Amino acid sequence: MTSSLFLSIPARAAGTVLAIGLWIGAPGAISAQSGAAAEVHAFTGAHIIPIDGPEIENGTLVIENGRIRAVGVADDVRIPRNAELHDMAGRVIMPGLVDTHSHIGEVEGADRSGPIQPDVRVMDSINPRDAGIQKAQTGGVTTANIMSGSGHLLSGQTIYVKLRDVDVIDDLMIRDAAGNWMGGIKMANGTNPRGNAPFPGTRAKAAALVRAEFIKAQEYRDKMDAAGDDASKRPARDLGLEALVDVLEGRKVVHHHTHRHDDVLTVLRLSDEFGFRVVLHHVSDAWKVADEIAAAGAAVSLISVDSPGGKLEARDNHFKSGGVLEKAGVLTGFHTDDGITDSRFFTRQAALAVRAGMSREGALYGLTMAGAIMLDLDERIGSLTPGKDADFIVMSGDPLSVYTHVAQTWVDGQLVFDRSRDEDRTVATGGYGASFDQADFEHLLKREAGQ
Amino acid sequence: MKGYMNRTHPGVAACIAALFLFAQPAATSAQQLAIRGDIVHTMAGPAIENGVVLTENGKITAVGVAGNIDIPDSFDIVHGAVVTPGLVDAHTVVGLAGYLNQPHDQDQVERSAPVQPELRAIDAYNPREALVEWVRGFGVTTMHTGHGPGVLVSGQTMIVKTIGNDVAEAVLDPATMVAVTLGNGARASGGKSPGSRSKMIAMLRAELIKAQEYAEKQENAEEGKEPARNLRMDAFAQVLSGDMRLLVTVERANDILTVLRLADEFGIDIVLDSAAEAYLVAEQIKAAGVPVITHPTMARHGGERENATFEAASRLRDAGIAFALQSGFEAYVPKTRVILFEAGVAAANGLTFDEALASITINAARLLRIDNRVGSIEVGKDADLALYDGDPFEYTTHAVGVVIDGQLVSQEVR
Repeated sequence: MTSSLFLSIPARAAGTVLAIGLWIGAPGAISAQSGAAAEVHAFTGAHIIPIDGPEIENGTLVIENGRIRAVGVADDVRIPRNAELHDMAGRVIMPGLVDTHSHIGEVEGADRSGPIQPDVRVMDSINPRDAGIQKAQTGGVTTANIMSGSGHLLSGQTIYVKLRDVDVIDDLMIRDAAGNWMGGIKMANGTNPRGNAPFPGTRAKAAALVRAEFIKAQEYRDKMDAAGDDASKRPARDLGLEALVDVLEGRKVVHHHTHRHDDVLTVLRLSDEFGFRVVLHHVSDAWKVADEIAAAGAAVSLISVDSPGGKLEARDNHFKSGGVLEKAGVLTGFHTDDGITDSRFFTRQAALAVRAGMSREGALYGLTMAGAIMLDLDERIGSLTPGKDADFIVMSGDPLSVYTHVAQTWVDGQLVFDRSRDEDRTVATGGYGASFDQADFEHLLKREAGQ
Repeated sequence: MKGYMNRTHPGVAACIAALFLFAQPAATSAQQLAIRGDIVHTMAGPAIENGVVLTENGKITAVGVAGNIDIPDSFDIVHGAVVTPGLVDAHTVVGLAGYLNQPHDQDQVERSAPVQPELRAIDAYNPREALVEWVRGFGVTTMHTGHGPGVLVSGQTMIVKTIGNDVAEAVLDPATMVAVTLGNGARASGGKSPGSRSKMIAMLRAELIKAQEYAEKQENAEEGKEPARNLRMDAFAQVLSGDMRLLVTVERANDILTVLRLADEFGIDIVLDSAAEAYLVAEQIKAAGVPVITHPTMARHGGERENATFEAASRLRDAGIAFALQSGFEAYVPKTRVILFEAGVAAANGLTFDEALASITINAARLLRIDNRVGSIEVGKDADLALYDGDPFEYTTHAVGVVIDGQLVSQEVR
């Protein structure tokens, strides 16, 4: 394999951070987003699960200007005098959850005009006031990869967002060091993208169409390179091929919907052939081809459903995939696929994997750091490491217990969900109006009035 | 009214009686089984620490503290950290709906006509369907299954145990309710009826009036001059007589009130199903004395369920309404829900542990009127039990054993 590598991540019993994204063009740390809190907060008395090290009893977390400043045992952490104190006795604090595959925001992608549409950007379709975004906040999701659907071989450019309390898409985006918005490419194989021409009717046709498109992108790239600074020699600009060149060059990750074992191997083969980095999504048959996935260095984002089936390709979907992949050494995370499962039950994905053999450490890592790596955000989020963004959640108990609720969600040092507030609680539990899109008129009026 | 079918249609009555005969537990089980539990939730009194349940010939013969009950040498012994009654799923389509979700294994809805109460669940139930084994592995021993939501009147439901190689071995009650859907789920496409809410009710009203007239003619006709037999009218007549209840799948508050009005008009027994907005009209439901089989706790909050809440069950509890939980119906992945998981999330959202467990055991059995057979661990009841290695509701606990009619049918750790 060439650059399509996700390093396998051993269990971090030693507490060492081994998460290294081996990326071409991996972004560096970014300056804090505008609007980050200027104040200092200290959270004391909590059971802290930092992910980058062992769990901490009676821990203290200090955040400053939207970043994590210090984490540790109470005795070892100095609380700044100007800090606002939050007594978190009996609570559990862990990094904000990273949902690597979500459809919140009423997202749309490609239309039915063709099976491969890399020029389509889902950011142009997202409703940032969608109630689904608020619900995801109540489930502890702080970062999400919002994607278009699986009815195409390639349905568009995805977008990585932070679930901040905002009104416009620009404020949801995550930008890299150069200021570019971040996202991947959504692809799919198996039965979902099938259809009448120009959609593929068979699996081999699907692979052939993808192969042909990537070859076009290679030629486009080569022509661009050959033209160098001579604009007159450049081919006409093609936004779709441009996006595929980003994939070929490793600047964008392919997020690939796939279920059946043979379809998984097809993805790995194409990834090898064209050298693109890939995260395999859903992967109902992951437990059958874990060794092959490990050998290819691909990452897997899993979803477990309460019963097998619902479609032919998911007939062998099983909670055990997480444990099997972990043992094989595959970087393994989870997703909600919201609305397939509700973002408010995201932690349940990890818990069901533990039920069927995954380690607790691996499952919690899968909800946080593994996703951060898959989204090229591991230097910014995914663990409570000083210097990282202050994205974390406060829980009422153990994250893997059914009885536990998310009490608070913080993004960039801002409290975006607080279960003790009535209106927030309604979004968390459901109830009348919970699914109405956010309509923060008061907020808008204040802005209009210049307050 | 109840006797009219026996007089006029001995054939039907005999057929149904025969099915009830099949429903008796296979008398083959001479098995003697003792179930020990660190905690036994009998649902017929306080939980018993270090409890023992003796079962013989398919029935429970003794329940108590280990010290008070001798386990005869002839008994096999199984152990679980936590023992509960076998779980009762108050509404599902498992066995009619198969897990592959392909046309050949989907028999829960017939779309050729909007009103077909004559469709019997026993004619479609597949006891070898993989989903039956799947839910049984988590402790489900009894299911109220059958025709599902999706058309105005989709057919009949039945109650089965999750065992048996043919429907006769599985069935506990062959004809339980007639499934009705109101609201957007029942809207027909392509200009066909029903195309609106009021049309749905108009159609139901017309059918029930016809059935009243049919039953009356049957009752009053001279020997040999009864009107021609009409299976559809037979089914509605059974609803009017109380032999079958209407199971009305409905979400919105206004639709709930509409169906309460219809039930009152015809004096029929109904059960509200799903009922996402029941909490908005809890007073009226309580006043009508109608029970609710509430939607799965984790049901997706979209469409007519946009106002659903994870606290649905506890709100019904607060209102004093009889309720049970269900795994429901799913059109897509996941193909079925597991009632154990739904109860667990209800326990995390306002129900106590005991209330949540009751909603999938004794209270579900009461709602289905089968509590003389199942739903609690009591002497004389069917020996249906579920064994777990911890709190059954915890995500990370495993089901470790399932007993149905005194037979250990699963020991898979799931």
